[in-house]
Amino acid sequence: MRNFLIFSGFSLVIFSLSVFAAGPLVTGEVQQQPLNVSAIVMFLLFVSATLGITYWAAQRTKTAKDFYTAGGGITGLQNGLAIAGDYMSAASFLGISGLVYAKGYDGLIYSIGFLVGWPIIMFLMAEQLRNLGKYTFADVASYRLQQTPIRTMAACGTLVTVLLYLIAQMVGAGQLIELLFGLDYWMAVVIIGMLMILYVVFGGMLATTWVQIIKAILLLGGATFLAVMVLSTFGFSFEEMFNKAIEVHKDHDKIMAPGNLVSDPVSAISLGLGLMFGTAGLPHILMRFFTVANAKEARKSVFYATGFIGYFYILTFIIGFGAIVLVSTNPEYLQADGSLRGGGNMPAIHLSHALGGNIFLGFISAVAFATILAVVSGLTLAGASAVSHDLYANVFKRGQVDELQEMRISKIATVLLGILAIYLGIQFQKQNVAFMVGLAFAVAASANFPVLILSIFWSGLTTRGALLGGFIGLFTAIGLVIIGPTVWVDVLKNAEPIFPYKYPALFSMAAAFLSTWFFSMLDNSDSAIKERAAFEAQDIRCQTGIGAEGAITH
Amino acid sequence: MQEDLVKKIQQHPKYLELVRKRSAFAWVLSLIMLVIYYTFILLIAFNPAWLGKPVSEGMITSIGIPIGMLIIILAFILTGIYVQRANTEFDELTKQIRKDVK
Repeated sequence: MRNFLIFSGFSLVIFSLSVFAAGPLVTGEVQQQPLNVSAIVMFLLFVSATLGITYWAAQRTKTAKDFYTAGGGITGLQNGLAIAGDYMSAASFLGISGLVYAKGYDGLIYSIGFLVGWPIIMFLMAEQLRNLGKYTFADVASYRLQQTPIRTMAACGTLVTVLLYLIAQMVGAGQLIELLFGLDYWMAVVIIGMLMILYVVFGGMLATTWVQIIKAILLLGGATFLAVMVLSTFGFSFEEMFNKAIEVHKDHDKIMAPGNLVSDPVSAISLGLGLMFGTAGLPHILMRFFTVANAKEARKSVFYATGFIGYFYILTFIIGFGAIVLVSTNPEYLQADGSLRGGGNMPAIHLSHALGGNIFLGFISAVAFATILAVVSGLTLAGASAVSHDLYANVFKRGQVDELQEMRISKIATVLLGILAIYLGIQFQKQNVAFMVGLAFAVAASANFPVLILSIFWSGLTTRGALLGGFIGLFTAIGLVIIGPTVWVDVLKNAEPIFPYKYPALFSMAAAFLSTWFFSMLDNSDSAIKERAAFEAQDIRCQTGIGAEGAITH
Repeated sequence: MQEDLVKKIQQHPKYLELVRKRSAFAWVLSLIMLVIYYTFILLIAFNPAWLGKPVSEGMITSIGIPIGMLIIILAFILTGIYVQRANTEFDELTKQIRKDVK
C-alpha cells in the first residue's frame, strides 16, 4: 500500500511538472495548442479521483478472483456502463465523429457495424461465457479441450489483439495530448503508461471497472451536451442541419449517401463481418462477463451496454454533422490550406470550443484523455490475465499454482505490458496506425471468435481442430492485412497490393471456421473422442449455470 | 459434474423445455439481427444511390438516415426483448431444474 502512495504521488508530481515545464516551449511543426489550464485542472481532478478509487480498490483486492473479476460482484448496470466505457474508445468518439465530418453518411456505416455485434453477444455468448468461464475467455474455449495448446493459442490471440489495440490507443493519445495540453509526445505516452500500470497493478479489475464507469458517464454527458448544443443551433431540426451541412461541405449532397468507404460488395460484406464479430472476440470485453454474479446480470449488462453505445453513436453522428457546419466554416480551426488544425480526429474537439469556449474545450479534452486512459487500462488487464492465468498458471504450472503467486505474476505482466506499450507508443509515433484497430478487430473475429463460439455450441470440436483453426484464422487475418492495400501500399509504399481488399474478415473468418471444422472432423484420436463426449456435461452447465463460478461477498 | 447428475438433468422435462425454447428464441433473434444488418450492408454494396435518395420530395434528409437510426434502435430493442423473456421465463425454468436435482 505504501508503494501505491509513493508511486501515485510521484506520477502526479511528474505530470504537473512536465505540464508546466512543457507549457512555454510550445512551438514547431506539431502545432500544439497553448497550455490549456481548464483542461489540465479537469484532468488532474479525474486522475485524483481515479487514484482515490484505486486506493480504495487496492484494499479490497486480496485474491486472484478479486484481481481478475472484482470478486464477481459488479451489478448489471455497473457492468453495462463499464462495457460501454471499454467500447467507447477515443477512436470511436474522435474517429467516428471525424469520419462523419469528412465523409458524412459513411461514418454511420461504421457506427452501425460496431453496434450490431452486441445483440449477437447477448443472444449467443453473454450468459454462456458467464456460466462456463472464470477469469478469461480461454477458460471457456479450453473447457473440455486440452489446456496447454488451447490456452496458448487463446493467449496468442489475446496478446495480438491487445497489443494492436494498445499501440493504436497510445499513439492516438500521445498525439492528442501533445496537441491539447501542450505536452511533449513522449511525456504524454509515459504518463498514460504509468497511470494505467497504477490502476491495474494496485486496483485490479475493481479499480479498472470504476475508472470505466466514471469515464463512460463523463463521455456520455459531454457528448450529450455537444449534440444538444448542435441541435439547438438548428432549432432542433435535423433537416435544417443537413441542409446547412451540404451547403458548406465540399462534396455537397454526396455526404447524404454511402460514399467510397466501401467501394465493392466484397469489401462491404467483409467489413461488416469484421466489425460485427470482432466485437464478440475482444478479450477485454469478454473478460467483463466474469465480473457479474450470474447469467441474469450478464444479460442485463449487455442490454444496458447496447443502449449506451447505440445512444453514443447517434450522438457522434450529430456531432460530426454539427462540426461540418460550425467548424469547417470557421477559419480559427483551419490551416492555411483549408484542412483541419490538428488533423482528421479533431472535429469533436474544435466543436466543443466553438460551442462552449475554453472551459468546455477543457472538459472535452480531459474526457478524451480519460477515455484513452480507461481503455488502455482495460486492455492491459486483459493482456496481463492471459499471461498470468492462461500462460503461467495453466500452461507453465499445469494448474498447480499458488493464487498469490499467480497474482504476483499478473502484476509483473501488467508492468511489463505497460512498459512495452510505452516503448511501442514512442516507436510508432510517426507511423500511420489507423489500420491497427481494424486489424485488432479482424484478428478478434478470425482467431478468438470462431474457437469460442464453436467450443460453446459445437459438440464435434476437438483440440486439434480448435488449435489449427485458431492459428490459421490469426495468421490469415494478419497476412491478408499486410499484403492488402492498408499495409502493402499505404505503409510499405508498394504500387499495387497483392491482396486487393482492405478488410480481411470474410476470408480469414471463413478460413478459421472451415479449417476448425475440417481438422476436428478428421480427428479420431482418443482424446478427441473424450472431448466430444464431454460436451454433454459442458452444455448442461452452460444452459443452467449449475456448477458455475459464483460471486463472493465482501 | 458427476455422471448421474448429468443424466438426471438431461432427462428432466423442464431442462428439455428450457433448451428447446431458449435455443429457438436466441437463434431466431440472431437471425433477425443478421438479416437486418446484412440487408443494409448489401444495400450499401449494390444500391448506395437508393439510400441517398431524399425521404420525400424536396427534402435533404436521405432515406439512409432514418434507416441507420432505426437499425441502432432495433438492435437495442432486440436485446431488450431477449432479456425480458430470459430473465423471467428462462430463469424460472432454470430455478425449478436446480431445485429438482438438488
